[in-house]
Amino acid sequence: MPRVRFTTHLKRYFPDLSETDVDARTVSEVIAAIDQQHPGLASYLIDERGALRTHVNLFVGGKMIEDRRTLRDEVNPSDEVFVAQALSGG
Amino acid sequence: MNEPTRLLLGTRKGLVVYERRASAWQITSVSQLGIPVAYATVDPRTGTWWACLDHGHWGPKLQRSADGETWEEVETPAYPEGAKIKKDVPATLRYLWVIEPAGDREGQSLYLGTEPGGLFASYNGGQSFQLVSGLWDHPSRMEGWFGGGLDHPGIHSIVVDPRDPKRVLVGVSCAGVFETLDGGTEWEPRNRGLVASFLPEPNTEVGHDPHRLVACPSNVDVLWQQNHCGIFHSVDGAASWTRVSEEDGPAKFGFAIAVDADDGDVAWVVPAVADDMRIPVDRSLCVCRTDDGGKSWTAFRQGLPQAECYDIALRHALDVAGDTLAFGTTTGNLFLSDDRGESWRNLSQHLAPIYSVRFA
Repeated sequence: MPRVRFTTHLKRYFPDLSETDVDARTVSEVIAAIDQQHPGLASYLIDERGALRTHVNLFVGGKMIEDRRTLRDEVNPSDEVFVAQALSGG
Repeated sequence: MNEPTRLLLGTRKGLVVYERRASAWQITSVSQLGIPVAYATVDPRTGTWWACLDHGHWGPKLQRSADGETWEEVETPAYPEGAKIKKDVPATLRYLWVIEPAGDREGQSLYLGTEPGGLFASYNGGQSFQLVSGLWDHPSRMEGWFGGGLDHPGIHSIVVDPRDPKRVLVGVSCAGVFETLDGGTEWEPRNRGLVASFLPEPNTEVGHDPHRLVACPSNVDVLWQQNHCGIFHSVDGAASWTRVSEEDGPAKFGFAIAVDADDGDVAWVVPAVADDMRIPVDRSLCVCRTDDGGKSWTAFRQGLPQAECYDIALRHALDVAGDTLAFGTTTGNLFLSDDRGESWRNLSQHLAPIYSVRFA
C-alpha cells in the first residue's frame, strides 16, 4: 500500500498525525483515506470542490502531481506520497 | 457599552487580547499565534468567542472558544456543489471576512460574510452554516458584482435589525448594500444616492463599493458607510443615501467607520488618500468625528503621529464602546481614546498588521 508522509506543520492542527499506509490507487483516494483517519484533514488540503489548495503541494514518488483540480494522478502500491506546504511569503 | 474592559485584535499573526487593568490596558493573551485572524469577536448573548482564520496554506477556518484560551474548529462553511462565481468559475470559500452573532436572543443565529460573495447563516449556534441562497441567486450577482479589496466580491458588513431579525442588510465590495425583509429569501439593492465614480455609470443600481456599513444600535434606520467614493449617511433605513464627506477636509476616503450607540448623528472615520495611494492624508494620522449627521467634521490629531506616517485603519479595525474608541493599523499600531476620539494614546507600536478591533 502507498505510504503517506506529511509536512510537520500539519501536526499543529492534527497532533496525532504520522506516516501511514493507505489503500488507495489515486491521489483523490489517498486524501479520502487520510481524512477517514484524521477527520477534517482533507479540508486543509483541498477546497470544497476537491481541488488542491493553492499553497499545498502533493508529491507521488517524488514527482509533483499534475492534476491539481480533480486529483486523478495514479498512485502505485510502492509509491510514497508526500503532503507538503508550498512556500509563500511572510 | 460603557467602560469596556476587553479588546480583541485580529492580526496577521494571531488574536491579541487586551484588558483594562486599573487604568492601563495590557495584553493578557495571544492565541492562534502565527495565523492570520481576519476577524474576531465575542457573542454578547452567549459569551462565545469567534475567530475567522485565514491560513495561508490550509484555507479559511472558523474557530470558537468558551474562554478565549481553548479553541475548537467548527465545520468550515462550504459553497454548495454547482455554485459559480461567474460562468465556468466554481465558487469555493476563499475568505471569512466577518462573523456577526445576531438575529435572536438565545444565540442560535449567526451570519458570516465571505469571499466570493456568499452570505452564510447558522440557526444552531454555529454548529453548521448554510449559504443564503436568496442573496447568492440575486440576478445582479453574476454580472454586476466584482472584486474590491479581494479578488472576488466579498461581504464584509452585516446589520441585523434587533427590532425585526428578518430584516438584514449587508455591505458587499463591490456591489453595494442589499436588504432583506423576510429573513433572506428576497433581497433588494439599497444604493440610491451612492456614487460609484470608478464606473462608466456612477449612479448605477449595483456596483458600489461600501468599504464598511454600520448602523446606530439604538436606531437601526440610521446608517453610515465609509464608501470608496466618500462617506454616506442614511436616515431612512438605507432607502436613500446622502454623501456627507468633506470637500476640502480629510474626511472623505477611508475604510473604517464607527457610529455612536445612542446618537446616530455621531460617527468617526480614519481618513486616507484614495485609490492609488492608500496612505494617511499628508502622511499625518487623524480621526474625524461628526456630531451633526455629517454636516461638519472635526479632525482630532492629539496623540497620533503627524509626520512620515503610513498607518491605514482597515475596515474592521475601528470600534467604539461608550466614550472609548480604539483602532489598529496596517503598520501594527494600536491607538485608544477615552474621550470620544479627541485625544489618543498609543498602546503598541509593535503588533502585526491589524485587521480587526472589537471591544467585548
